[in-house]
Amino acid sequence: MIGEGLHSTNQRKHSYVHDHVEVGFFTDPSVCIGCKACEVACKEWNQVPDDGYTWSGNSYDNTGHLGASTWRHVMFLEQDRQKGNQIVGSHSLAGGDGEDPFRWVFLSDVCKHCEEAGCLEACPTGSIVRTEVGSVLVQNDVCNGCGYCVVSCPFGVIDRRPTPLPDAGGAFKCTFCYDRQKSGLVPACAKVCPTESIVFGRLDDLRARGAERVQQLQQSGYNDAQLYDPTETSVRGIHAFFLILGEPEAYGLPPKPQIPTIYLKSAWTSAFATAIASIIATLLAFAFFS
Amino acid sequence: MAEAHPVGFRWVMKAKERGATIIHVDPRFSRTSALADIWVPIRAGGDIAFLGGLVRHIIENSLFFHDYVVHFTNASCILREDFRDTEEGATGFFSGWSGEQCGYDRKSWLYDGDHGLGFPERDLTLQHPRCIFQTLRRHFARYTPEMVEKICGISPALFHKVADALVAASGPDKSAAICYAVGWTQHSKGVQIIRTASILQLLLGNIGRPGGGILALRGHASIQGSTDIPTLYDVLPGYLPMPRGDGSEATLHDYLARHTKPTGLWHNFPSYFISLLKAYYGKNATAENDFGYNWVPKITGNHSFFEYLYDMLDGKMEGMFVMGQNPAVAAPNSRLQRKALAKLKWLVVREMVEIEAATFWRDSPEIERGELKTEEIETEVFLFPAGGHAEKEGAFTNTQRLLQWREKAVDPPGDARSEGWFMHQLALRLISKAKESNDPIDEPLRALDWWYPEDEHGDPKMEAVLAEINGWYTDSQPNADGIVFGVDRAGDPHHGPQIDGFQRLKTDGSTASGGWIYSGVLGPDKINKALSRKSKDYLGHGWGFAWPADRRIMYNRASASPTGQPWSEGKKLIWWDATQRKWTGSDVPDFPVEKAPEFRPIGNENGLDAIAGDAPFVLHEDGLGWVYVPSGLQDGPMPTHYEPLESPVHNALYSRDTNPAVHWFTRQGNRFAPPGDPRFPFVLTTYRLTEHHTAGGMSRYLPHLAELQPEMFAEISPELARELKIENGNYLCVVNLRGAIEARALVSRRMRPLHLNGQLVHQIALPFHFGTDGRVRGDAANDLLAISGEPNVTIMEAKAATCNIIPGRLPRGPAFEQWIKKYAPVDGPPNLHPEQPPAGAPCARAGGGHGLEGKIDSR
Repeated sequence: MIGEGLHSTNQRKHSYVHDHVEVGFFTDPSVCIGCKACEVACKEWNQVPDDGYTWSGNSYDNTGHLGASTWRHVMFLEQDRQKGNQIVGSHSLAGGDGEDPFRWVFLSDVCKHCEEAGCLEACPTGSIVRTEVGSVLVQNDVCNGCGYCVVSCPFGVIDRRPTPLPDAGGAFKCTFCYDRQKSGLVPACAKVCPTESIVFGRLDDLRARGAERVQQLQQSGYNDAQLYDPTETSVRGIHAFFLILGEPEAYGLPPKPQIPTIYLKSAWTSAFATAIASIIATLLAFAFFS
Repeated sequence: MAEAHPVGFRWVMKAKERGATIIHVDPRFSRTSALADIWVPIRAGGDIAFLGGLVRHIIENSLFFHDYVVHFTNASCILREDFRDTEEGATGFFSGWSGEQCGYDRKSWLYDGDHGLGFPERDLTLQHPRCIFQTLRRHFARYTPEMVEKICGISPALFHKVADALVAASGPDKSAAICYAVGWTQHSKGVQIIRTASILQLLLGNIGRPGGGILALRGHASIQGSTDIPTLYDVLPGYLPMPRGDGSEATLHDYLARHTKPTGLWHNFPSYFISLLKAYYGKNATAENDFGYNWVPKITGNHSFFEYLYDMLDGKMEGMFVMGQNPAVAAPNSRLQRKALAKLKWLVVREMVEIEAATFWRDSPEIERGELKTEEIETEVFLFPAGGHAEKEGAFTNTQRLLQWREKAVDPPGDARSEGWFMHQLALRLISKAKESNDPIDEPLRALDWWYPEDEHGDPKMEAVLAEINGWYTDSQPNADGIVFGVDRAGDPHHGPQIDGFQRLKTDGSTASGGWIYSGVLGPDKINKALSRKSKDYLGHGWGFAWPADRRIMYNRASASPTGQPWSEGKKLIWWDATQRKWTGSDVPDFPVEKAPEFRPIGNENGLDAIAGDAPFVLHEDGLGWVYVPSGLQDGPMPTHYEPLESPVHNALYSRDTNPAVHWFTRQGNRFAPPGDPRFPFVLTTYRLTEHHTAGGMSRYLPHLAELQPEMFAEISPELARELKIENGNYLCVVNLRGAIEARALVSRRMRPLHLNGQLVHQIALPFHFGTDGRVRGDAANDLLAISGEPNVTIMEAKAATCNIIPGRLPRGPAFEQWIKKYAPVDGPPNLHPEQPPAGAPCARAGGGHGLEGKIDSR
């Protein structure tokens, strides 16, 4: 699948916005080389400011997490597990120091563009909208910076930009390069990905590709390869889904992400019950003491 | 490769997707290792032992590609009786060593008999005791898997995994490629490491065939281009040696006599060289004045970067131009480099940002420590703003020898200008000054044919330069077909039609070419092929232009059997068409196209006529692939394992520790620790991060790159961290006899301690991108590396040294001096290594040089 050049959906022009086609990102860490080109291309195209020169000491990850000024984030996981049938030094062979597995996994995280988006539902100003291609877009000129979206995202993606950065106060996240897509261009991160670890395209095609890739990997020794694409929970599926090696928790991905609004019914029910109970208690109090 | 060449690594991932096994050999587990099938942690500097182990394994188990080795390589050639190998007494010396000369008399390394290198005596049964195959077998006999483990820390089990994978991927219907970068070249035996890989690939039949080869991944865009049309002191364009000034090449005749080979492609040397002189001097170059040979500067010794650095330190050099380089950060022993810069009278720095080479006089560790004082530095620094790569046009040449033209996207901002503009305008001014003078020393400038047309900004038209490199007929025929940029700056006819390949070049002055190997890139069809972007086949014909002659795979005659048939259907490339009686196939044949496979020379032919129909390596005088180098190398005809100049251990194979022919550049301030020095127990290696570019001029100053790797760090293993009581993120100091730097500890299992011969050895790895300027700052790893010179190409050993680690912060300012005295005292003579010559000894300075010994084909 790598190396289709100009024919790849990561390179060719498209009309998904015009045709109202649901699009997505499929991100595959088994071919990610951790180059961070996606992070840089994203910031360059979208004019996202740098957010500090802080060395983390956490492998090569000095980005930390997604946020108002980080819309792509490459994770660097050093784990005591084997990657497929990979041999890493004499340690992993009999005759060396015995079984001592190790692997380094890279995964480029991004806004999931949920089918049911917590941020969108929480936004009181109508700043957050759903686009023709199914992505979730923050309109920064409408955003009043209330921050309701920040606590409503089950993935911790969206955030308000702190001072003294430009446009401080407003909420920001990945736009799915909506501006590029409107012109038939591919999102910047997918465009520059040298190994097509990030693939952009029609969501249905990508889901098929993802399923095929998992099967392929499992057959070649990657027993823990699986798709992270929660469709059974209240987010009802995501537009940016991932292949992961191991469990979602290792990547900071909630195994069962929920949008806060599903708790509305139970929240209102308990509020109602509390209200009734206090009225009754009050009435009873009057009845006893009058 | 994923780390430093992420875009090219796309194709490695593509190969992996198609079932290729990826093996990565590196002291540290890098981003490349993360994607490889097998990671082989190796002790830095053990490469020849490891590769030599593979050579031995393949020979001893008869796993080599028999027909390829017998017919296409020099394995069958017979050596002289007086040749002595390093193995005799395990001394580590070949025959011909002269301690006084610090070098070898290499006569005994030649083939037997008096035929020179052409028409050697051969034994195709490979049984003759003095044949190269048997010599090679004996030479590597002790490089057993157990020895590999002792030297490199690679277990026999892992060694066999690699050997099996490599052998399984080679043969008539398979091929394997080897990619390397400065992790191989920057050693005291760098050339011989690559030679070992060449032997391996020739034994496995992986040269000249699709999917095979040895690929030098270049450190920057067009580093290949900068050796083809070189910025090297000792090579002229097209790998023609710079004439010597020692009297031995006083005339054109002497020079050509030395470098023209009787047989093989280099027989045509005079036509390449004289055409170059015609490109330099135009009509001023005539047969009567030896085509201006006297105007060509002659080299009087080793004028490599390190030699003139020492000249700067000694006050012998007044000024310097720094372009596309940052010696204050990127060059070995950068402390010494910065001190040398401070001795100059003037310094021109052309850069996009104000790099450390331009600010050393006010903002360097030496200023902070009081070693240098701004008010005492006389250097006048001229900082010229330079255009970036999108702001100028020109060609890049990549590792595949592919020229790709780049158009200008935007004009450079403000006063920034391209290199082309700068050099062109400088040349115009110098020539005009020379024309005002009568001084004979200015004659070469007056003789130059500086004809280049300009655009509206005063930039020379770069396609005119490319046209000159391609070459043309010198006779100006204003109305002839195939003329490109045919008029000079005065508007007069300047030259005739373009030539369509280097075969057209002549010795009579009727042709000019600024770089014969590129000929054909802009021929009489007037098409700049470097700019073409329509790929027609899987080899990429139609996309760019691969020198020579748009040949995508060199020595591709080897893709067919001795009788001219493809070795297999899957790996066919070119083959002999018996009905049409010519070589044909999907690549441009790298062979005389009508020479039949069964052709055999009788022994009195010249040039390519002397090459047999089954001898693919046409650049060599015998047409054979060299598993043994009879001529051309300074430090031995076969690779031999020597320890790095600084090593925690002695050589397990020989009584000699280090490469005898190496240049130590002995000097106070450039000291080496002796083998096993307990003060410096750890192996140090340096590397690049994806996020930064070399000395950081193009990354540390850019916020979106700087934030990704914002601080200097040192990678150490959890075992070493425990031993030193260092926790992840702590500050530590790395110190050795050159200096000390501060870094944060990045503790990771990606670094592994190795067991060498019963001794536990820790390796630490440092990125080398940081300096005192830019948005993110840190100490320069190159402060710790020594200047040294590999015997053939004078490259330093940057990939293996020793050091100590002291937990905590490095004292800043004047306190540094006291601190470093404690951990790395510098009293006494500078030659602490028992094999190191004293300062001032003839052997302490470099000789050699790239092009001096006849081995001038492409590197």
